[in-house]
Amino acid sequence: MGNILEVVGVEKKYPGVIANRDVSLQVREGSIHAIIGENGAGKSTLMKTLYGLIRPDAGTITVFGQNVSLKSPQDAIALGIGMVHQHFKLADNATVLENVILGGEPSRFGFVIKYDEARKKLLEIAKTYHLDIDPDESVANLGVGERQRVEIAKVLFRGAKILILDEPTAVLVPQEVTELFENLRDLVDKGLTVLFISHKLDEVLSIADDITIMRQGTTVATKKPAETNKKELAELMVGGELPKPIAGVQNISQKSILSIKDASYSRHDGREILHHLNLELHGGEILGLAGVEGNGQSELIELIMGLLPATTGSVEVLGLDASTTHTKDIRNAGVAYIPQDRQRDGLLMTAPLWENRILGHQFATPMANGMWVNKAAAAEDSKRVVEEFDVRTPGVNVLASALSGGNQQKFIVGRELSGDPKLIVAAQPTRGVDVGAQAIIWDHLMKARSAGAGVLLISADLEELFSLSDRIAVIYSGSIVSILNPQKTTPEDLGLAMTGAKSA
Amino acid sequence: MIAGLFFVLSLVENLTGATDISSPGTSGATLRFAIPLLMAGLGGLWAERAGVINIGLEGMMIVGTWTAAWFGYLHGPLMGFVAAAIFGLASGFFHAILTVKIGIDQAVSGLAINLIAAGGARYLSGVFFPPVGGDRTVSPPVDSFPTFTVPVIAPLLEKIDAQNIFFISNLAGVLDGLVKDVSLVTIALLLLVPLTSWILWRSKFGLRMRFSGENPMAAESLGINVYRIRYIAISISGMLASLGGAYLSLVASSVYREGQTAGRGFIGLATVIFGNWKPGGVFAGSILFGFTDALRVRQSESVMSLIMVAGIVALVLSIFYSINRRWKPGLISGVLALLALWIHQRVDVIPQEFVTVFPNFATLIVLTFLAQRLTPPAAAGMPYRRGSE
Amino acid sequence: MKKDRIFWGTVAPLAAVVSSLLLVSVILILRGANPINIFQVMISYGFDPRNLVSELNQTVSYYLAGVAAAIGFKMLLFNIGIDGQYRMGAFFGAVVGAAVSLPPVLHVLLIVITAMLAGGLWAAIAGYLKVKRGVSEVISNIMLNFIAAAIIAFLLGENLLGILPEGSQNVQTKQIPLSGQMPTFKIFNGEIYSFVFVAIFVGIAYWIMLNKTVFGFNLRATGLSFRAARSSGVNAPGMIFITTVLSGAIAGLVGLGTLLSDTHSYSMAFPSGFAFTGLSLALLGRNHPIGIFFAAFLWSFLERAAPVLEYEGVPPEIVIVMQGTIVLSIVIAYEVVARINLSQQQRAVGKANVELVKESK
Repeated sequence: MGNILEVVGVEKKYPGVIANRDVSLQVREGSIHAIIGENGAGKSTLMKTLYGLIRPDAGTITVFGQNVSLKSPQDAIALGIGMVHQHFKLADNATVLENVILGGEPSRFGFVIKYDEARKKLLEIAKTYHLDIDPDESVANLGVGERQRVEIAKVLFRGAKILILDEPTAVLVPQEVTELFENLRDLVDKGLTVLFISHKLDEVLSIADDITIMRQGTTVATKKPAETNKKELAELMVGGELPKPIAGVQNISQKSILSIKDASYSRHDGREILHHLNLELHGGEILGLAGVEGNGQSELIELIMGLLPATTGSVEVLGLDASTTHTKDIRNAGVAYIPQDRQRDGLLMTAPLWENRILGHQFATPMANGMWVNKAAAAEDSKRVVEEFDVRTPGVNVLASALSGGNQQKFIVGRELSGDPKLIVAAQPTRGVDVGAQAIIWDHLMKARSAGAGVLLISADLEELFSLSDRIAVIYSGSIVSILNPQKTTPEDLGLAMTGAKSA
Repeated sequence: MIAGLFFVLSLVENLTGATDISSPGTSGATLRFAIPLLMAGLGGLWAERAGVINIGLEGMMIVGTWTAAWFGYLHGPLMGFVAAAIFGLASGFFHAILTVKIGIDQAVSGLAINLIAAGGARYLSGVFFPPVGGDRTVSPPVDSFPTFTVPVIAPLLEKIDAQNIFFISNLAGVLDGLVKDVSLVTIALLLLVPLTSWILWRSKFGLRMRFSGENPMAAESLGINVYRIRYIAISISGMLASLGGAYLSLVASSVYREGQTAGRGFIGLATVIFGNWKPGGVFAGSILFGFTDALRVRQSESVMSLIMVAGIVALVLSIFYSINRRWKPGLISGVLALLALWIHQRVDVIPQEFVTVFPNFATLIVLTFLAQRLTPPAAAGMPYRRGSE
Repeated sequence: MKKDRIFWGTVAPLAAVVSSLLLVSVILILRGANPINIFQVMISYGFDPRNLVSELNQTVSYYLAGVAAAIGFKMLLFNIGIDGQYRMGAFFGAVVGAAVSLPPVLHVLLIVITAMLAGGLWAAIAGYLKVKRGVSEVISNIMLNFIAAAIIAFLLGENLLGILPEGSQNVQTKQIPLSGQMPTFKIFNGEIYSFVFVAIFVGIAYWIMLNKTVFGFNLRATGLSFRAARSSGVNAPGMIFITTVLSGAIAGLVGLGTLLSDTHSYSMAFPSGFAFTGLSLALLGRNHPIGIFFAAFLWSFLERAAPVLEYEGVPPEIVIVMQGTIVLSIVIAYEVVARINLSQQQRAVGKANVELVKESK
């Protein structure tokens, strides 16, 4: 069995960042090839390149022995490469059959759809690959695992020989994962090839024939499961050495700022995102939260901020029950929030900077006096923030959208850290920020800690986590699986925890 | 179920002597009132199924009434319809350019179209009509379409109706209205319902159009040009609304009159909701609303009888629900039955205004209580830009 | 910067009006009329003091409709229900006003409050449906407009709240006694409604609310970014409901100028079309209290000067075409400007901002 897909020396650069660098990959025909890596490793960029969504700056891609240049997903599909996206693209108000054939409908005179023929073909595919789907079922009635099967059927219907699955188990419950893996085995037995992107080591070790590890934009190594173990993989994923923590004054108070006990959160479609989560944060400490994106961090943050209610369990913030308290009261109690998506959740893009200073603080002084907004105070304090945090802007009347992303971030951090908050929820606080500004922000966070505030630092940047945190909690699949001591943690410990493997 | 309903109706008619409901006059009028609503509804359906809410239906209908009357006057009723179709298509296309290409908010674009259509019609009336015998608000009369009456069946039905046999005669009466003095146009337009259904569920274009309204991102990911589909669908939407307007000025009457559309474009939107975004539903909705419209000019006893029928139905439902231990619906229908009885006893005449506004009211009720059960196209009304994710 | 905003703020509406004038000029030329002449005639007629006053009176109603629409627009709500809300306000204001007798100022105040309550409550129906059931406020408001007209027409029936005075064809509500009337005062040889002061007050209050209060801040924030507002602690669904009611309450005032100073009763002769007008004015005036005023005046001017066109052999309805094209041009102009702005910003942001790509796996 030769290589059905070969990638050599692929590179992709964006201004300021190298997303893929010297990426090499050999995928054997009829195998399940896993690609693992943590946030920012470059997996997603590589996948998009293979699917024709991105054109590489350098390097070659060879499919079935032919050198190819993919200009669009249509090209990829024509070559037999099919992508099963992480976020399904299905219409609820239509049947499975309709969703599968859309865009590739067998037709008479190019106008009338030959449904019988399509149905037959779909049923054949279902039978051949043991996919349990009913062509005439309405998609609205399907569960997550079934929907994924429909997405798989979609690519098979178009003659895919190579399937790329992007974090397919992120949305599945264990039972569904088992079913998926059985399906993948069936596909491979029939001669198809599967590329499987994941960060979950246990799963990858159980299903893959080959494992390629990516780190910081490049492919680091390829191993067979039999020749490696979790520890080695974890270390490869995370890198040899972890950053050293910055020595800081440890002044942890007894007061509990944030107390989450046995909290679970289910979405209204029934999926449980957080399972019996426990977390404690005291004043005077920085608690880092490590974890691959998509493991419940966003929901946890929203629970703390009172934007979502916990389904069971309790979330106590500064003595308030976050599930029943209004967000504005939680903020007024002294909670600062640096959101992960700064442009959607943290700023009014088409409003001037001084109005953005008010955002989040409009329910208390000094930004407001009762029902009146205090523009003078807002303008003045905006200037202070601009100075203290080195925000590059011509003035405070400029629209937020005119600032660069990094400067927007600096402004938001500056805004949230004003007023001596007691709890700071900081999600990716230095994302997109240059090194100098990052240092300023880190400095301020540590000062806040010294002043007695508790900081919940959610970050994908390991350096940030390790430099600042007093403790690091690792979230995986909606629970806290581990609390690590940054001074004593090895890369394996971190990698294992982040990928759900229990420490060896 | 319809048979059962009809049974109760016949019963009530015989008992109260109000025979007007199942008379050929009523059913004929119902059809005449229903067709414009049906066309507006189909227009709304085509647009919304593709993902765009067409608030400009009223304006597009006005375009239809005016162009049909004018070109009908100049070149005969057939050309009137053709003209209405063409101009309707153009106005739909205009709406499409505004919303799809330029990206204007769909409601604002519809609003602008309504304004321009109304103003344009008034202006053009002032320019063209006075010299040829109309005036600023009314066009010169237009020849009407030939109608026909089904040869053997119609007289037969008439005879049966006259016999006053319970149920059969009532049925004959209704059917008689549908086969007498029917315009070919009516039949042609009615055929658009099954045609729409067929296109939506059996054709390639229809499938892609439905996905444009449900999940345009999904369609885009499969290589479908959502923009192009919306252009086509919205243009057709305009054409259908316009044809409805043409019917108003050419078949339901024989002139264009200012204000002729009287909000029917908006009722069209209502039938779409009422019909749960299915052509058959839109048809049922337009028949129902056409029926209540027709009632306005009928005897008031007819309306009372209808209330009686509704009350009996509610009573039956109430008993049915209670037997099945579904207490809440049982209670609600029971209360409605009592309400119907009370109205029947205490009120002489249902005010004209309430009958006229029944469609609007019914739609609001459906929206309020049945919002969960309705299945609108998931992406209808939402802005969509190619490539955004 | 501020100067920039003023520039862009006025350029679009001006461009809209100019392009509309050009279009109408073309139509006029095609009819063999001389556009310059026509416009001159219209202006001299429209600015004639007698006509100016009735235009200003009309402006009062239009202005209020525009502000009502603007309040909705700031929250991205399309309040097409202004028609029904205005009728409810005017009708119940008239009925209640005629039914009681109070000392003068209080009487008027009662009428005003009743009108606002009626309009607000009627709008609340649509607001509730939107927040609790996710029903588009456009559809429900359209239905509610018809229902309001029907209810009022019914109530005006002779045995209920309507009376048919001698010598009149119009059924109307009972006359409001003197204590419930607002005077007019002489200006330019005409009588202007004193309700104009209320309109001015509403405009000022609107501006203050929007720019100076926390409530206004929250309102604008929710319109600018639902998610950011929510994260900042604003109760977004609540905001939607209150804004809808507020818009309806202001809409309820639309008919009061006429009611209190002129007719003193409500009849079916009260005009319709305020929803379309209000929405158009808010769009044209960029939701700004001064902009809306100019738009409202423009509208009134056009409508008042229209009949004079007949003497020049031009159907007066061309004015409606003008209004329609102004609305269209304005909306297109905004969209184009917004796109230019957006791509400018995108380029700026894109250059310095693509470190974000680090986040891709």
